[in-house]
Amino acid sequence: MSKKDKEKSSEDPKIDEILESSRRDFLKKVGIVGAASVAGAAAIYSGYRYEHAKSDGESVKVLTEDNRLVLIPKDQMKDYKPDPKRLLLRGRDGIKGKKWVMIIDLSKCRNARKCVNACQGAHHLRPYEYHINTLQMQESVNTPAYHMPKPCQHCDNPPCVSVCPVDATFKRQDGIVLIDNERCIGCRFCMAACPYSARMFHWQEPLAAEADKGKEYDIELNVPQKKGTISKCLFSADRLREGALPYCVSACPNGVFYFGDENENAVTNGTTKETVNLKELLEKNGAYRLMAELGTKPRVYYLPPKNRIFDFEKGEEQEYKELT
Amino acid sequence: MSGSQIKSEGYSERLETVSSDILRNVRFNKGFILWMGFLILALAACLFAYYIQLRKGLGVTGLRDVTSWGMYIANFVFFVATSLVGMLISSVLGLSGAQWVKPIARIAEIIAVAFAAVAGLVIISDMGRPDRLPYVFLFGRVQSPILWDVTVVTTYFFVSLLLWFLPVIPDLAIAKTRLNGRPGILIKVYELLSLKWIHHPKQYEILRQAMRVLLILIVPLAFAIHTVTSWLFAVTPRPGWDSSIFGPYFISGAFVSGTAAVIIAMYFFRVSYKLQKYLTEDHFEKIGRVLVLVSIVYLYFNLNEFMVPGYKLKSLDAIHLKELFAGEYAPLFWGVQLLGLVIPVILLLFRRFRKPFPMLIISIAVLAAAWLKRYIIVVPPQGHPFLPVQHVPVEWVIYKPTLIETAVTFASIILVLIIVTVLSKLFPILPIWELAEDESGSDIDKTDNN
Repeated sequence: MSKKDKEKSSEDPKIDEILESSRRDFLKKVGIVGAASVAGAAAIYSGYRYEHAKSDGESVKVLTEDNRLVLIPKDQMKDYKPDPKRLLLRGRDGIKGKKWVMIIDLSKCRNARKCVNACQGAHHLRPYEYHINTLQMQESVNTPAYHMPKPCQHCDNPPCVSVCPVDATFKRQDGIVLIDNERCIGCRFCMAACPYSARMFHWQEPLAAEADKGKEYDIELNVPQKKGTISKCLFSADRLREGALPYCVSACPNGVFYFGDENENAVTNGTTKETVNLKELLEKNGAYRLMAELGTKPRVYYLPPKNRIFDFEKGEEQEYKELT
Repeated sequence: MSGSQIKSEGYSERLETVSSDILRNVRFNKGFILWMGFLILALAACLFAYYIQLRKGLGVTGLRDVTSWGMYIANFVFFVATSLVGMLISSVLGLSGAQWVKPIARIAEIIAVAFAAVAGLVIISDMGRPDRLPYVFLFGRVQSPILWDVTVVTTYFFVSLLLWFLPVIPDLAIAKTRLNGRPGILIKVYELLSLKWIHHPKQYEILRQAMRVLLILIVPLAFAIHTVTSWLFAVTPRPGWDSSIFGPYFISGAFVSGTAAVIIAMYFFRVSYKLQKYLTEDHFEKIGRVLVLVSIVYLYFNLNEFMVPGYKLKSLDAIHLKELFAGEYAPLFWGVQLLGLVIPVILLLFRRFRKPFPMLIISIAVLAAAWLKRYIIVVPPQGHPFLPVQHVPVEWVIYKPTLIETAVTFASIILVLIIVTVLSKLFPILPIWELAEDESGSDIDKTDNN
């Protein structure tokens, strides 16, 4: 209202009232018409889009999270960025209906250490930081030496999980023992409790700290690795999610590893890709578990080093130096 | 003193003497300022080492995947152990009617408070991610012995603090009018902390009742704190830790180191505060006997802990025991057992060694050995895990504490000295009101002539 108007209105409030009400009325009408036309236009546009898409008719097959194959129109596809919180929950939950199991055939291990390298590559570890290590074993002077790949045993009664004060390490429904590096407080009680020395600690900045900066943390890969926290073998939970075999299993050139689902009673050899009956494999080869007497109930089975067709070769003496 | 009653004959004179004797030391003299200055400088230097550790990670210590618990954890166990003496002196001896512990009880509580408080900090220095300390409370799982430890150490600290503070209240009220020439702030603090105490018999009655309840409560609490600490090891399957007697073994060991710490403190307070009249040779004589008793109990548990697995020699136990008895750790092991336990017991059996100065020397040896004993308990069992250690850098195989680690450990010891100094120098170190009563053989409750 201009100054003049104001003066006028103060002189005659009645006129002002009439003016005001008619203005309000007008605005209301404009509003309704405007809203209706916007809605109409939107309806026409979406109809047009729908018709357009239908006429195009292009669809794609998509596998949903619960393993259903569905057909959806191509134009309705959106890039999906998983919610980190949901990923974390999914990582803690595990894959429904599975009970992962690993069989390591010691009669075939020739200490190629390809499993070690593949694992360290995938998890961004230094050459002396292990999720899986190959150990040179000998029970007594009269028994032959052999090489033993040693991943985390993913015990069904895991001492590491019992002692963790903050639920940073946990057992999933598919049998995998995982570690949440965003929860771990670095007390290392789990390392003290683990009889298999399966756990490692980031005493310094992890190897790829610079390169992994800003990356979304993947609980099923433990990447980016985090200083001051524990890391360990994950049975390559990220690969299992995609339906692939673990890194170490597929990297072995000698057919040492079998991996599969105990519920399906079938395991696949990582080298030959041959799938065999789990119970038969264990039974026929006298399978055993490491330190079964401790009651940890490992999910990793070993087949004894019998009938080897090669000579035992001591691994190349490599000197490991601490890297920063 | 307003509201105070006329006690038995000679009470007020004794109160004057005792309070002037004890309050004489409550002042900011040159020695105190120099000593505190030295401690604070040393602490700052050591804290710088912790700053480096915070920045670079635990890699600056000698800890690696093979031996992932070292000096810090050993130090933590030692601290928890030593703090247990508060319970031993005040409760076990106090409740059993041993009058002679009266002047010592407060010293024992100071030791308990200082060591329990710093134990909590020591454990943080061992954390890979100290910034996530709140997670212990946010996401704590009751299955983990760490949760039990956090709970009982904190509770024990607060109860010990109360056990120190409650009997100090009447002393503060006595002292606040007798602190002429001391800084105003000290007098204000006394005024504040004395909680308007007016020496009413009813107040004393409540105080005694509260003390009795706390002294009873702290017995199971103290047993819990160190039993749980021992379970940090005993719940793992590792040879050397996998022992069912770890609880009592640790507790009996705790009494040894705590008693030694109290004797050392008694000696220094006696000499530097000139309290020969109150901390008499007889007190040393008696606590010397206590040290013999607890040492013999500890020796008995040692016998069990090493003899039984040593007889069976299960494969991994055998490796561990060989390391201790004849291997790398043999000098340390036998040094600790002989110089820190066997020889002190033998010497203290003779009256001539149960004198203040010889007992100071013996107690220093016992306390140092107690620290090293924790190191022997924590470190060697990790050197030989179930599976061989291969394809790792040489530094990983054998644990050697670094300078930074040592400095951080020293920081914790300095912190204990600071707490002990503050509590013993700025507050009455001996219970004035109890001593004043005591010499007359009277009791406030009985002489209530209100």
